[in-house]
Amino acid sequence: MQTYTSGLSRRGFVKGMMSIIALSAMPFKLLARSATAFKATTTKDVYKELFGDLPMVGSSDIELKIPDIAENGAVVPVTVSTSIPNAEAIYVIIDQNPNPLSASFHLTPLIPAEISIRVKMGKSSMVQALVKTADKVYTTGQEVKVTIGGCGG
Amino acid sequence: MMNRREFLGVLAKTWVAATVSGCTTLRPARQGDIYNLAPFGQSRILHITDTHAQLNPVYFREPNVNLGLAAARGKIPHRVGRNLLDMIPNATPREMHALSYLDFTEAAERYGRVGGFAHLATLLQQLRAESPGALLLDGGDTWQGSGTALWTRGQDMVGASNLLGVDVMTGHWEFTYLEAEVLQNAKLFNGDFVAQNIKAKEAALFEGIAVFDEDSGHIFPPYVIKSVNGRRIAVIGQAFPYTPIANPSRFIPNWTFGIQEQELQSQVDNIRASERPDAVILLSHNGMDVDLKLASRVTGIDFIMGGHTHDGVPVPVTVKNASGLTVVTNAGSNGKFVSVLDLEFGLSGVSGYRYQLLPVFANLLAADTTMQNYINEVRAPYKHLLDEQLAVADTLLYRRGNFNGTFDQVICDALMQELDAEISLSPGFRWGTSVLPGDPITMERLLDQTCMTYPETYVREMTGSELKVIMESVADNLFNADPYYQQGGDMVRTGGMNYSCEPGATMGKRITDMTLRDGRIIKDSATYKVAGWATVGSSSTGPAVWEVVADYLRDQQTVRLQTLETPRLKGVANNPGIADYAGKISG
Repeated sequence: MQTYTSGLSRRGFVKGMMSIIALSAMPFKLLARSATAFKATTTKDVYKELFGDLPMVGSSDIELKIPDIAENGAVVPVTVSTSIPNAEAIYVIIDQNPNPLSASFHLTPLIPAEISIRVKMGKSSMVQALVKTADKVYTTGQEVKVTIGGCGG
Repeated sequence: MMNRREFLGVLAKTWVAATVSGCTTLRPARQGDIYNLAPFGQSRILHITDTHAQLNPVYFREPNVNLGLAAARGKIPHRVGRNLLDMIPNATPREMHALSYLDFTEAAERYGRVGGFAHLATLLQQLRAESPGALLLDGGDTWQGSGTALWTRGQDMVGASNLLGVDVMTGHWEFTYLEAEVLQNAKLFNGDFVAQNIKAKEAALFEGIAVFDEDSGHIFPPYVIKSVNGRRIAVIGQAFPYTPIANPSRFIPNWTFGIQEQELQSQVDNIRASERPDAVILLSHNGMDVDLKLASRVTGIDFIMGGHTHDGVPVPVTVKNASGLTVVTNAGSNGKFVSVLDLEFGLSGVSGYRYQLLPVFANLLAADTTMQNYINEVRAPYKHLLDEQLAVADTLLYRRGNFNGTFDQVICDALMQELDAEISLSPGFRWGTSVLPGDPITMERLLDQTCMTYPETYVREMTGSELKVIMESVADNLFNADPYYQQGGDMVRTGGMNYSCEPGATMGKRITDMTLRDGRIIKDSATYKVAGWATVGSSSTGPAVWEVVADYLRDQQTVRLQTLETPRLKGVANNPGIADYAGKISG
């Protein structure tokens, strides 16, 4: 996040980001296949809808920032950024959610490849961040636990 | 296992201090007086943690069940009793007693109480006098755990911390007071309260809450640089990462926590580059297992001085990571230990170290007058409440251990009887002192076990499957193979209910054969009347748990435990983290 905040306080940055998120959240150029993908009920179907036959590979060039244990399953903060060149889109997939595809961001060369959102998680799940380029899909993931509290030492 | 005769028989043995040395040769550290340390190195770091507001000396029994699973099996801190003592062959009987549950009652009578801030103050003065400018770190869980801490909203302990001269501190239960009170306490504290992993939630930043740093959103300074005898020591704070999950988030609604591994790495890198410190220390309340994993993944930290899991670790653990080594320690609880880290420096930072975990025996250390007067003064308005004798203990009462301790059983029995429930649940906190057989159970000892800001009890109907979900969730918080998913408490204590537990199984498969006390099977769809306390989500409406248990105790002159409800365990028969288990173990 630091990269894009020079000269801005975090408070100022947050205010700025909120308007950006609001804009990004609008379906300004939502492809038809994304719309179907949001309705898919399994991760496999999401892949099929979004990526067809594109090869998928694990990548350490995607930074996924998300808590190991959610403080509140209803609003889990997720930040995804990537240094992968020519990234066209970033997706967040939560395997155990009723509709696993949580977010889809279409990038242009003018938008830094970093997104920050809140997702809702009904239960513990693998959370995946995916970056699509013209010929490949790069992935990383982290298990996020949604748990009852109590009993801290 | 050593019998009592052998254990007490080693008394006369002369000994060489169990000294762990980094890049230097072993040398005997102490001669005669156990608190007289031979000189070593240039800078001394003193570390206390998890004293839980125990201003006066107490008894504290170490666990006989502290299971380590997967990669942690048999590794420190998951060794109990003989299995731990075997690793320190030169320990004196007094040290053996401090580190283990073995023959606890007899040894406790012989060696006396541990901790107490007036005795701690004397020891710390002595340790400071030996090494100019020694730095005192406190890992947190200092401002909660006693009646007076609750009634003064932590302020009696802030005063005690200041008198003790704590230089740097982080926290956990400190955050169970209200946000404004926490900030006020941190302000009254004379040292530096640090935490790299507490930030304002973004919505709260937007609304303009007070933060330490507008750019980063940190609530407290993430680190501080201290000069220790001419050396620059960076101390980074790591508060308990799961505070808003393990404890009520309603008290601190604007703050967000987490392990924040990536943030920590950039913090360390920045400090190394811009501050050029001679050593980097993480003052951590992660818990030892989380610290061990963190040490393997984050580079550039010389020492992680840890707390939370209350492990009295006599031998530090050295962890390899991508760029070097990190040494991980943990300094027990209840004021029982002070850890002493002496550092030597070469051309590029730390070149050697000596680490010692010193047990604080009250009868070997004169009480510091200033501190004792302060303690007496803060207790005076409440003394009549604290001193009320509720009953006499018939057996040794303690809590610490993965499953029910005897004091938990008393609490569970009280909840069932007083609130007319067939099952009771009590949280697996790791704090709570011990009461020797024949000693009175005073209100103060009961508050040691129960005193906190959300003590309200509840009675409600739960289905068998709801109970199972609770048991499985807590078991996973304790036994998950990945430490980052553990919260550091022990298993929820149960009354009126037994079960089988396979700690090494996965979530949802650990708990089986749940039965009521009379042997009837607990059915998924049937409902049961369950009593409990310490609800994290929203406040319950029943009386405070100590009122319920006090009523129960007042009705009996002597507390006699009929049974200690311990689950049947599977798959841990030869685990070095369990010994003298009261229940059944298969496989």
